[in-house]
Amino acid sequence: MTTVTTSPPRTASERSPVDRAVMRRVLRVGVLAGGVMVYTAAIGMFQTFNDKEIIDPILSLSYLVLFAIPAVAGASFSKRVAIEGIETEPLSTLDIAKAAIAGAIAGVVVALFALLVDLFPDLRGTFPKLGPQMVRLLTLEYSVASGFIVLPAISAVAAGAGAAFAWIPERIRRPLLLAGASIPVLSMFEPLVDDLFDEIPAITDFLYSPAGALTITSSIVVALVVAGVSYYLRQRDPIIKKRLSQSADVSVRRRTTIVLAIIAILAFVVLPQFLGGIMNELLTNVGLFALMALGLNVVLGFAGLLDLGYVAFFAVGAYTTGVLTSPLSPTWDPVLSWWFAFPAVVVAAVLAGLMVGTPVLRMRGDYLAIVTLGFGEIVRILLLSDWLSPYFGGAQGIRSIPGIPVAGTQVNATSPELMIYAVLVFVFIAVYVSWRLEDSRIGRAWAALREDEDVAEAVGVDTVKAKLLAFVTGAVIASFAGALFAAKVGTVFTNSFQILVSIIILVIVIVGGMGSLPGVVVGALVLIGILGGPNQPGLLQEFGEFKLLIYGALLVYMMLKRPEGLLPSVRRQRELHQDEFLQDAWLDKGEGDEPQSPGPSVAEPGGQA
Amino acid sequence: MTAIDERPAPPEAPEERERKALRISWIDLFLWGIRIAAIIVIVFGLFGSISKFVAGEGLTAQGWRDLIVSSLAQGAMYGLLALGYSMVYGVLGFINFAHGEVFMSGTMVGFIAANWLFENGVWTSNPFLAMFLVLIVAMITSTLVAVLVERIAYKPLRGAPRLIPLITSIGMSFFLQYTFGGLFGVGFNTYPPPPEVIAGSVNIFGIDVRSTQLTVIIIAILSMIGLWYFVTRTRSGRAMRAVAEDKEIAGLMGINVDRTIVLVFAVGGAMAGVAAMMWSLLFRSVNFFAGFLPGVKAFTAAVLGGIGNIAGAMGGGVLLGLFEGVGPLLILGGLGIPGVSQLKDAVAFIALVLVLIFRPSGLFGERLGSEDRV
Repeated sequence: MTTVTTSPPRTASERSPVDRAVMRRVLRVGVLAGGVMVYTAAIGMFQTFNDKEIIDPILSLSYLVLFAIPAVAGASFSKRVAIEGIETEPLSTLDIAKAAIAGAIAGVVVALFALLVDLFPDLRGTFPKLGPQMVRLLTLEYSVASGFIVLPAISAVAAGAGAAFAWIPERIRRPLLLAGASIPVLSMFEPLVDDLFDEIPAITDFLYSPAGALTITSSIVVALVVAGVSYYLRQRDPIIKKRLSQSADVSVRRRTTIVLAIIAILAFVVLPQFLGGIMNELLTNVGLFALMALGLNVVLGFAGLLDLGYVAFFAVGAYTTGVLTSPLSPTWDPVLSWWFAFPAVVVAAVLAGLMVGTPVLRMRGDYLAIVTLGFGEIVRILLLSDWLSPYFGGAQGIRSIPGIPVAGTQVNATSPELMIYAVLVFVFIAVYVSWRLEDSRIGRAWAALREDEDVAEAVGVDTVKAKLLAFVTGAVIASFAGALFAAKVGTVFTNSFQILVSIIILVIVIVGGMGSLPGVVVGALVLIGILGGPNQPGLLQEFGEFKLLIYGALLVYMMLKRPEGLLPSVRRQRELHQDEFLQDAWLDKGEGDEPQSPGPSVAEPGGQA
Repeated sequence: MTAIDERPAPPEAPEERERKALRISWIDLFLWGIRIAAIIVIVFGLFGSISKFVAGEGLTAQGWRDLIVSSLAQGAMYGLLALGYSMVYGVLGFINFAHGEVFMSGTMVGFIAANWLFENGVWTSNPFLAMFLVLIVAMITSTLVAVLVERIAYKPLRGAPRLIPLITSIGMSFFLQYTFGGLFGVGFNTYPPPPEVIAGSVNIFGIDVRSTQLTVIIIAILSMIGLWYFVTRTRSGRAMRAVAEDKEIAGLMGINVDRTIVLVFAVGGAMAGVAAMMWSLLFRSVNFFAGFLPGVKAFTAAVLGGIGNIAGAMGGGVLLGLFEGVGPLLILGGLGIPGVSQLKDAVAFIALVLVLIFRPSGLFGERLGSEDRV
């Protein structure tokens, strides 16, 4: 306790208003960081992460995450916002001292929390995550009293290190950061590495301990290798960049894009052969979500219509396939093969798109979001109801849906290494269609519609046609995903079509970048691959419980900091930062616009998951 | 719909205009088709229910009366929750999707208070004090959460395109849900049974009304009176109305716009806290997902009453409560559809869709500032 009240004045040589502001800031950052640390423990994240080792005997994910928080908070003290015409303060040791004090305050907050939980064991009745085990872990197995020394000390060191990081010259900082990040990444992707090097056990045996984490030796080796390679590449970086920029004419750049695309396609074609069943299953899920995200990208990213009930189209595709192909579907007698059901799926999706699209043509953007959400829920409730159960099976759903018959075999969940190809084919179709549509006449109409509906109409864009086409295209792409999903899992029931699915697809599109095709695909790969979908596990099983929390937080963070997404489409970025661009253009007075890197986007040190 | 009619028509070639007229009428036809279908369903359903009632099947007269009273109580709860949506939309022009979770936070923390009071015997020995304490706890929690959400998520987004704060609020909603799921566990928590005093039923004008439902309705009326006084008779309330009308000019008139916006969230949160206490009386069981459906329904109520319109929100809530409570049995039951109680939420959502399509300005008219009316 005493550290809180006595330590800030130590930094302040004189008691001027500025110093008091500094003291307040130190206190605020410290308490905030401590609050976030307490939060991770109170919701049980800290305890769950303890099961995952990062470096086998010495560091687990829980402590990495816990002490990354003061490190990030400490780094904020040596962050300088460059304002035009004002000289920034140089970095000083005072920054590190401030950060360390803030870190110590954070540590005290956490220790107080541990003490509180220790004093009131009854809290466990309402808050199941608080308990002796949490206290033991939080105080690093020491007593609660010594936690008041240990926790502030470690937090202060972490925060000080975070602040000191800015001192390291740029040349070394990056390799260091990459090396530091590579250890947790490699450790957490152990299943993937294990699966990839199935044939060469020497690699995995060297890297990983039996618990599935890097050993001390292997983590040192990995860090050294990554740091060395990145340092070397960085030296060569200017040369490569120069070579690329010299050949700036469009044809060469186009060629590079095409070569990169072919490499990516080849990788996707070859990779499944080397992966085991679990990884292929994971990638299949990624593909299904990527497909849906591509569809939503047409509706939201291109045409600017926020559809929160997008999962309904997925359900239409899955249920149409189920009803037509399953021998157990309640009323429909003839059993079609998947290929014959497919045209019916497309027709159903077009009809569904029109059904949803037509009534909402004249609606405000935000009301449209809620109405589509309503449509999505209505579809789910009706499919679940007793009333329609003679057609759709009610709560039981439709079972024994056959797979996709290809050359005498059934492609379904039992053959994930074939299913992935089916999904990939449709992802490529969706990417190609979206890519061709984006700059087509209708794509430009969508862009106009998105920016200003009135103006679009005034310049002769057929807004009714454009909106309906956006809905129908999105619906058809989602129904592809539905048809594949039905064939893959063999059973459709309403649990797979909850509103959560719509929200997760929305997160993928937002995080990747609205309107950006590479963004959406990479977004699906990263989010679904790592965290997983609502019912599908991702690579990091430890996050399973918290993935929806993380999705929600990501959505807020992206909207606040980077609404254009991580891999933004250039046009969309301009729209979202219009005033900044105008300002830049005004400042530069025609020095040529630089649409990249808007705002002070700061790379985050430390492994924030 | 009116916004489109008022817009000056763009100059077009004659054949283009002709095509357009044709197309508009095609959409109108479609919408009229939906209207007529809805009316046919309602008429046939009513007819079926009445003939059933006359034949002595289905619910008795007493059963219908109970259903109406309980729907009214539930509607009063939706109304209080709708106030939060309506006020925020009136002032900031976006749908605060996380408002349902503000309500949920009140029910969850209120549960801790109720449980503690129950274990210490206050719940039975001094029921009114206990209920009052639970109400205060729920209100404080919801207010705090609402203000915190505004500070973290919405304040940096003033002036952003409308969809951006909406998406933010969806993210916030999920974040809050799973935060509370993590803190309290994902199971259901059940409030202690209502105290003896309000466990029975009261006879009013010859109708037996369950006391919990009567309490809920009385609390709703009292809160509405309090809110009405606050908004129309106090300085802060006047500031709120001024900010809702025009933020810039209100700022020029010396009103602290930021503080007034925080106040709007605080008042909305406090009303959500009252609604949370009502929920504990009506349904008793809560979990981290308890805010989603009431939230969406309350938004429907807010639109039904005309968004931005405070009295309208309450009226919309009561109407929606009636529609959702009585509608499935009266209309769908009359059509002979099995398992109507499963379709209760679907009926609410259908009401939402129909209201937004056909009457987006609500039954009692919107009260929005000039920039939000688009």
